[in-house]
Formats: sequence, C-alpha cells, structure tokens
Amino acid sequence: MRNQIIAKAVAVAMTALVPGIAFAGGPVDDELVIDGEIQMITRAAPPEGHPLDEVLSGWLYRTDETRMLETDTFENPGMLEVQDGADLWNTVDGTAGKSCASCHGDAEESMAGVGARFPKWDEASNRPINVELQINKCRTEEMGAEAYKFDAREQKALTAYVKHQSLGTPVAIDLAEGHMQSWWDRGNELYYTRTGQLNLSCASCHEQNNGNYIRADHLSQGNVNGFPTYRLKQASLVSLHNRFRGCIRDTRAEFPAAFSDELMALEVYVTWRGTGLSVETPAVRQ
Amino acid sequence: MNLTRRQMLCASVGAAAAGVFGFSLSASATPEATAESIKNFAGGKEPAMGGDLTLNTPEIAENGNTVPVEVSVASPMTDDDYVESVVIYAEGNPNPDVAVFHFTPMSGVAEAKTRMRLAKTQNVVAVAKTNKGQVFMDKKEVKVTIGGCGG
Amino acid sequence: MDNIKPRVKVPKSASAGEVITIKTLINHPMESGLRKGKDGNLIPRQIINKFTCEFNGKPVFSCELEPAISANPYIEFSAKVTEAGTFKFSWLDDDGSVYETENKIAIK
Repeated sequence: MRNQIIAKAVAVAMTALVPGIAFAGGPVDDELVIDGEIQMITRAAPPEGHPLDEVLSGWLYRTDETRMLETDTFENPGMLEVQDGADLWNTVDGTAGKSCASCHGDAEESMAGVGARFPKWDEASNRPINVELQINKCRTEEMGAEAYKFDAREQKALTAYVKHQSLGTPVAIDLAEGHMQSWWDRGNELYYTRTGQLNLSCASCHEQNNGNYIRADHLSQGNVNGFPTYRLKQASLVSLHNRFRGCIRDTRAEFPAAFSDELMALEVYVTWRGTGLSVETPAVRQ
Repeated sequence: MNLTRRQMLCASVGAAAAGVFGFSLSASATPEATAESIKNFAGGKEPAMGGDLTLNTPEIAENGNTVPVEVSVASPMTDDDYVESVVIYAEGNPNPDVAVFHFTPMSGVAEAKTRMRLAKTQNVVAVAKTNKGQVFMDKKEVKVTIGGCGG
Repeated sequence: MDNIKPRVKVPKSASAGEVITIKTLINHPMESGLRKGKDGNLIPRQIINKFTCEFNGKPVFSCELEPAISANPYIEFSAKVTEAGTFKFSWLDDDGSVYETENKIAIK
C-alpha cells in the first residue's frame, strides 16, 4: 500500500505539466547486463578536461520498461535492423562484384571494437570520418557502388551492424591523430553556443540540466555511445546526425546538413564526452 | 543558467506542432464502447473483477508508441479446464480493441506479452474467458507522458 | 510487403512435459490507417492482423492484432512440450501476404 502511494506520487510529479523544470529525478542506480552475460559500463570516470564528475549513459535516465528492452538482444526491437545490416554485409553490390565480407570477412571478428574508435582521422579527405562515411568510402572506392544517401535504410542498418560488433567495448577515440584536436576544439565551441529562437546550447539541457525534466522528458547527458539508437517515438533506428538535427531544430534554429563540418566536429566532441562508456548500439531510448 | 519560463512555453508549442504519433489524437473511444465490446466477448455475462486474471502494464509509459502489456491467468490448462481467450482493450484509443489471445491446453500456461500504442493516459482492460464460460476482468491505468523536445 | 523477416526464439530442447517460453518479433510498420502522410491524406491501414503457432500440426496459440499494436510486433507466449517436433509460426498481413518460419525442438 505504502509503495503504491509512493509510486502514485512519483507518477504525479512526472506528468505535471509545469512550464519549467521539475527538480526531481536523476539517473537510476541500476546495472546494464545484456543477455545475462555482457556487463556494460554505464558509469565511467571522465577523461581529463571533462566538465562533469561522472560520465553516464542515457540508459540510466530511462524508465524501467525502456531499460528492460535493451537488456535482451532478442527483445530489443533495434536488432531487427541490425539483422538487416548483417544481410547487407554479405550482399554483393557495385561493379567490382564485392560485398563488405569480400574484404572484411566475418564482421564478428574483423569489426570487433572498431565502432568504439570512430570518428577517426581520414588523411585522404583531411577531415574526421565516421562509420556512415567510412561505409560510403568503401562502397564508392572499393565496391564500385553508389554511396548511400543520408539515413537510407541500408546506411542505418549497416552502421548499426558494424557498431553492434563493439557491444560492451568502451568508447575511446584518438584525438592525437591528424587534426582531430582542432575538430574537437570546434565541436567544443559549438556545444556551448546558444542557437535558435529558444537560445539554447547543447550544454543548456545536457550539461546544466541533465537529470531534470523538460516537460515530461528526463534529460540525459546526451552521450552518443548507443547510436544508431532505437527510439520508441520513431519505432526505428535513428542515426546520430538525425538526432543532432532534431535537437537543433527543437531550439528553433536552422540545422546544418548531415556530415557537414559543423556536425562532424560535434560528433568528435560529443563522442569524446562519452569516453569510457560501453558501445550500446542499438540502444533503446524513448 | 536554467531554462526560463518563456523558453519552456515556446518548447511546448513546438512539441505540440511536431507530433508524429501512430494515431491522430482527435478521435477516441469511450469506456462505454469498451463496456459494449466486453459484453459481446463475455456473452452477456458480468465479468468478475481481478481473481485469476492479472494484467501488467507500466504505471507510466515513457512513449505511447511502445507500451509493454502482459496478461496471465491462473488455470490448470487441461483439456477440461483451460483459458480459451484473453482480450485487451484501451479505453481511450481511437478504437478500443488492442488484441485477442487464444490459448489451448498445449499453451501450458495462459500467459502472453506484447507491446501496444496508447494515444493518451487511459485505462487498459483485460478480460479472460475459460472453456467453462467463466469470465474475469482486470484494469490498470497507464499514464502516457508527452516528451519535452520532439514531442 | 517485401523485406519482412520474422525472428523467433525457441529453446533447442526441453524435458518432456516442460512449459517453454517462445518469443517472436517481426519487422512491420503496423500502419494504423489513422495517421496522415506528408500530403495531408490518411496513410492506408496495413497491419499484421493475425499470428498463429502450431506444434506438429496442432494449434498452440494464436492472436488477432489491431492497429493499436506497436510497430515491429513482439509476441511472447508459452507452450507445453510433450514430444519432439516442429513449431510453425505464421503472420498474416492485411495485403494477404503470409510470413512463416519453423523451429524444431528435441526432447532432453
């Protein structure tokens, strides 16, 4: 009975439509173990120069039911698209008659841990490269196939499949490569720059207000270790640059193109902010 | 610096305009429509509340697009005594019907789980019927929250 | 619809008389028929309206689904295994397509 009353009180607090931030909530004290065997790191010590005391996965900010969906790779609906990615990995495409597997073999071996180290420095294009762009580079340069368009079904599925091979591996990008540091600097600046009619920066919500509610939405630190992420709202995988654009749109600003210099710099910086967290792809979020 | 009251109001308006739910929110069923459906399912009988049937739903759904729902009925599940079917209704959806589960003695236990869409905060109702014509009912309220940013 | 692939999780073996849990998931938009497209017109309904599970040709479990079932329908239920055999699963689409898969189970 007492538990019911407490639960009711929590429910009322969470759904109260107050115009402002309800000072309740915060991350839960829970452990993420996938399929009863993969121990995931959802709390990590921050890298040097990080503004927060502890790096937390967005998983800790979700409800019991949403968190549960990620604990079982069968029940996780994002795995349907990962399976689609596995099929694409083995499908020959382009004039060279190759599939991903022709060069890289079994992704479970060749791609293990790889997703945790992206974005990386790409000498040829003299800018950072993420998994989506690396796949397109392979397609155009090695396979004689067309690059996938931004957010094409195949791009999201194959990116998720590649990143899923790093499930549990801590995010660790190398800022010493090429000019990664200057892209980090630019991403850092963008993170704190207020934009749009609402005059909000990334930091307004995800640094200064994580753990608080924006209406009924529980704000996380905005870490990106679970992308592409299965969002219940879209009922499909959502790419990182799609989410970046969504957040910027919600500040009522013009949003940059996917894979533009601005969003690549932001990807470098925000990925670094999640250093040490396990790759969760495909994470499940609201 | 925290978000100001004006910023939050603006965000609310933006979110309302950007809704992309599986349902249009304009039309909704009523508890009366659900009661009528239950009467048809139960063959005119008045279902006994609770008892052998348990309906499990979250108290708060983070997103109305995917709400877990689970039913279980205590039953021997033998050839002469088993649960035939369990129906689930969402009273506040455009159409209250959600799903009907049909069991057999080969099911072993009368338990099933799925994921449903709820257009708004509302009651979810489950009704079970046995091969002997007994009817049980359970009801839970699910609060459906409205997201902060994209809605 | 094209590119629909069901997934099913069934134990490979069970003791005689054991009640096992079966999990199923299928990629499908479950278009409710109540949603408007970018052109402002309603997108026609297209859902999976029925799911059935048989074991060695006999019905174990079935369900009728409505547009209120989430995209990528997940269905979990149980089965009592008394002999070795084959589970057959079918999903029926509004457009008449039937998606099927089978799983064998042995007795320990």
